[in-house]
Amino acid sequence: MIHVIAFYLFAFVTLASAVFVIMARNPVHSVLWLILAFFNAAGLMVLLGAEFIAMLLVIVYVGAVAVLFLFVVMMLDIDFAELRAGFVRNAPLGLLIAVILAIELFVGVVANSTGKAALGTPDGTGAAPVGASNIEAIGALLYSRYLFLFEAAGIILLVAMIGAIVLTHRKRTGVRPQNVADQIARRHDEATINTRPEVGAGVKL
Amino acid sequence: MTAFFQSIGMNHDWAWSVATIAGILLIALPVMLAVAMAIYFDRKIWAAMALRRGPNVVGPFGLLQSFADGLKVFLQETIIPSAANKGLFLIAPIITFTVALMAWAVIPFNSGAVLTDINVGLLYILAISSLGVYGVVIAGWSSNSKYPFFSAMRASAQMISYEVSIGFILICVVLWAGTFNLNDIVLAQKGHGLGFLNGFAFNLLLFPMWVMFLISSMAETARAPFDLTEAESELVAGYQTEYSSMSFALYWLGEYANVLLMCALNATLFFGGWLPPVDWAPLYWIPGWIWLFAKIAFFFFVFSWVKATVPRYRYDQLMRLGWKIFLPVSLGFVVLVSGYLMLTRYSA
Repeated sequence: MIHVIAFYLFAFVTLASAVFVIMARNPVHSVLWLILAFFNAAGLMVLLGAEFIAMLLVIVYVGAVAVLFLFVVMMLDIDFAELRAGFVRNAPLGLLIAVILAIELFVGVVANSTGKAALGTPDGTGAAPVGASNIEAIGALLYSRYLFLFEAAGIILLVAMIGAIVLTHRKRTGVRPQNVADQIARRHDEATINTRPEVGAGVKL
Repeated sequence: MTAFFQSIGMNHDWAWSVATIAGILLIALPVMLAVAMAIYFDRKIWAAMALRRGPNVVGPFGLLQSFADGLKVFLQETIIPSAANKGLFLIAPIITFTVALMAWAVIPFNSGAVLTDINVGLLYILAISSLGVYGVVIAGWSSNSKYPFFSAMRASAQMISYEVSIGFILICVVLWAGTFNLNDIVLAQKGHGLGFLNGFAFNLLLFPMWVMFLISSMAETARAPFDLTEAESELVAGYQTEYSSMSFALYWLGEYANVLLMCALNATLFFGGWLPPVDWAPLYWIPGWIWLFAKIAFFFFVFSWVKATVPRYRYDQLMRLGWKIFLPVSLGFVVLVSGYLMLTRYSA
């Protein structure tokens, strides 16, 4: 009973906030609705028993990706009239993508409901070991069967990260950043001098 | 607790619902009371370190000061700036406050005394603490005022930066304990140091992780010396500038609930949580939650102590500490800890 209530609550809020992502006039509101949708999708995954994926969804998407989204959208100076001007031009492309997504979803649902394609693994090779928790099951698979794919994904991300740094890094001249090592290495006798100047003579710097 | 409510004649669903709500109240109300007292002790500790008296008028020793303040803000008018985004402006403090209370659901107060004993407890805490930034960012944006906006920018960069190294530090703890469940992490610390000290902090490889976790938790909760989000000399009051009355109070409560949560995490992950500090039978006669409260109180004292004595960091220094020092060191310790465990525990 509680499961059912929770499922309909999460599903309804996910769908409603997904609609509001498109309907909202203010892009910041759009991002916030998107975050709500992510969050409720995580709730749905908890109900499925995939708590590890749910937590990852919240940590990665809600906690990091969406914050950057929000960051960018908040700082942009957006002209709403200009945004809406491109609507007619982009509508066919958007419709095409929407139709493709709808067909994919439909095929998936039909294939599953008619028994042509079952969710999970028919031969049992990928199934979680009985009695192991979510994390252990994913870890056992990821580091054995899918090790090379996993490492390939890691290398691609690493290359992307280094690429982003290389593209945006620039050496600036004329700035004097704090050099902590220099500051720590400085000793008392090279940093200060003790003098007793004549009256009216001053000190030479 | 579900079993108790079932025994007085409820069916399972009702018993579960009532037991959960009772559990939430059993945690949330003491946390709120603890927050009120924490604010009082915080002020008393700063005062003592500055050779002042601190709050001493309302009630005996000023103990009721926080309640008087609470009543005051409750009776004040909520001012909403006319240029503010009204809905988001009001939601932001609620988000901060709710998120600060949500994470307490997985903290074990005694053997098995935890609201939700999930096996991804630590990930849940990471997930919830990554939500905390929204309260600040939304407040900064919806206030439509420049200082809150600067503060929101700072806060989001700061919290994201330190979450990365906190994640690596937690991985070291998880590797050693072999589980994400907080109760099991506490149990794994039994007799960990020299065979009789309870706590991962008495482990030479994990002790540096604890030091970094303590500093990172100050940065994560934006406490001094990392309180750049509300640096009064630069940003008036940061993201709270436009807030008044209860919406302001919710930020205060949420902030202190977060600080107490970080203290509880320090105690739970590195100092044996509800276990007594020494693995000696008579100490187990004292209930576990008293040990946990004592440890939280100790860490809260450390937080206040630091706030009273350490000057504020500059923003570039904060970023340098997070990205250039904590991140590589904690990443190195993940390799070190997993390598050590590989060679010792899992060598067979």
